[in-house]
Amino acid sequence: MREGRVVKGVQFRNHRDVGDIVELATRYCAEGADELVFYDITASPDGRSVDRSWVSRVAAVLDIPFCVAGGIRSIDSAEEVLNKGADKISINTPALQNPGLITDLARRFGSQCVVVGVDSQQINDQYVVFQNTGDPNKTSAASYQTLDWVREAVDRGAGELVINCMNRDGVRSGYDCAQLQAVRAVCTVPIIASGGAGSMQHFAEVFATANVDGALAASVFHSAAISIPELKNFLLQAGVDIRPAESRTENLGV
Amino acid sequence: MSTKVAIIDSGGANIASLVYALERIGKTAELTRDAAVIRAAEKVILPGVGAARDAMQRLRDAQLIDVIRSLKQPVLGVCLGMQLLADASEEEDVDCLGIIPGTVGKLSADAEHPVPNMGWCEVTGLRETHLLDDIGEQSYFYFVHSYALPVSEHTLATAMHSEPFTAITGHGNFLAAQFHPERSADAGSRLLRNFLYNRR
Repeated sequence: MREGRVVKGVQFRNHRDVGDIVELATRYCAEGADELVFYDITASPDGRSVDRSWVSRVAAVLDIPFCVAGGIRSIDSAEEVLNKGADKISINTPALQNPGLITDLARRFGSQCVVVGVDSQQINDQYVVFQNTGDPNKTSAASYQTLDWVREAVDRGAGELVINCMNRDGVRSGYDCAQLQAVRAVCTVPIIASGGAGSMQHFAEVFATANVDGALAASVFHSAAISIPELKNFLLQAGVDIRPAESRTENLGV
Repeated sequence: MSTKVAIIDSGGANIASLVYALERIGKTAELTRDAAVIRAAEKVILPGVGAARDAMQRLRDAQLIDVIRSLKQPVLGVCLGMQLLADASEEEDVDCLGIIPGTVGKLSADAEHPVPNMGWCEVTGLRETHLLDDIGEQSYFYFVHSYALPVSEHTLATAMHSEPFTAITGHGNFLAAQFHPERSADAGSRLLRNFLYNRR
């Protein structure tokens, strides 16, 4: 999301417009997506909060869970987003700058709605966390190694982790299963794999090898390279335990 | 048909979603802590997200404990709202409303079963209840919880984590779902419709 529109880049750069937020949200919901995540990528690097007027509009049409990320750096901003109907909030840069925020949010709202987003990539045999990834000019390595940060986030009350393997973002070469396995091994809360989905096989692979709880993708859905119902049928046949795609006929508010 | 629906304002964060879900099926609900409004409603929903002790304290502060216990119309507990209807919760050892027998316990985590349990789970072992009209065996619903009510004689449907737990329960006029029907796509919408539009 940038300024109320949905945009998508490649490796966090060169974003292009892919559509209206409510329209896209409704379409993915109708196609059988299990959850939607909205990232306001301009929020943290600009040091401002998300424009939240769209959260209510999305909440009114969606009957699947959705998560809002971007610029949530206080109890108040989290509460505003949750009160507008978001099911979860995801924090990334603000958590790195103030890890106590995870503790405070989990205590106030419960771990179940506190997602910690981790932008990570391999640098010289180590997985390292990056911050301010919404703006290439401000992106920098945080002072954490990924596995240490993951442990700390969970100890502090994160209820879910979205592990975004940055070197795979938007390039469609497959999820970084090795990195995700390493995270899985140190973590007992749900893990969502992100970054790299290019084919239906990539989804099957990440469920089979990294034992993740969900797989997130953007490019392949925005470009219609993969259809969600087809993907779900493919995964069910591959033995992955997921909610089958249903034919949505009612209740979509449009 | 203009059934009056009251949603008890339990201070949880899922209330907006629930209000929108009812609007999508043509119901306007009143979000309230007013005992008179709750008593006069034809259907009552008790939602809740967060910790059991805080939620019980909020109900106590609003002097709603006895009001809820004495309701005779259909009541639907959702998520934490379901757990509050039980006798007690092991989450900080708190006494709950004592309407649906049983004590809520912590889900146990292992490599295959992370806690919180967040995601779509299949619901099985459906028993005869109007709440499940037109909802098939093996329907999926969206769950977000770390605690659950064990399976008992009051269980109307079961879901599986590291152990089976109660997905839907009922006792007299009180019904409850551990999952979020407002976020469970068509199946959840049907369940809400069944609760709100059924005369029983």
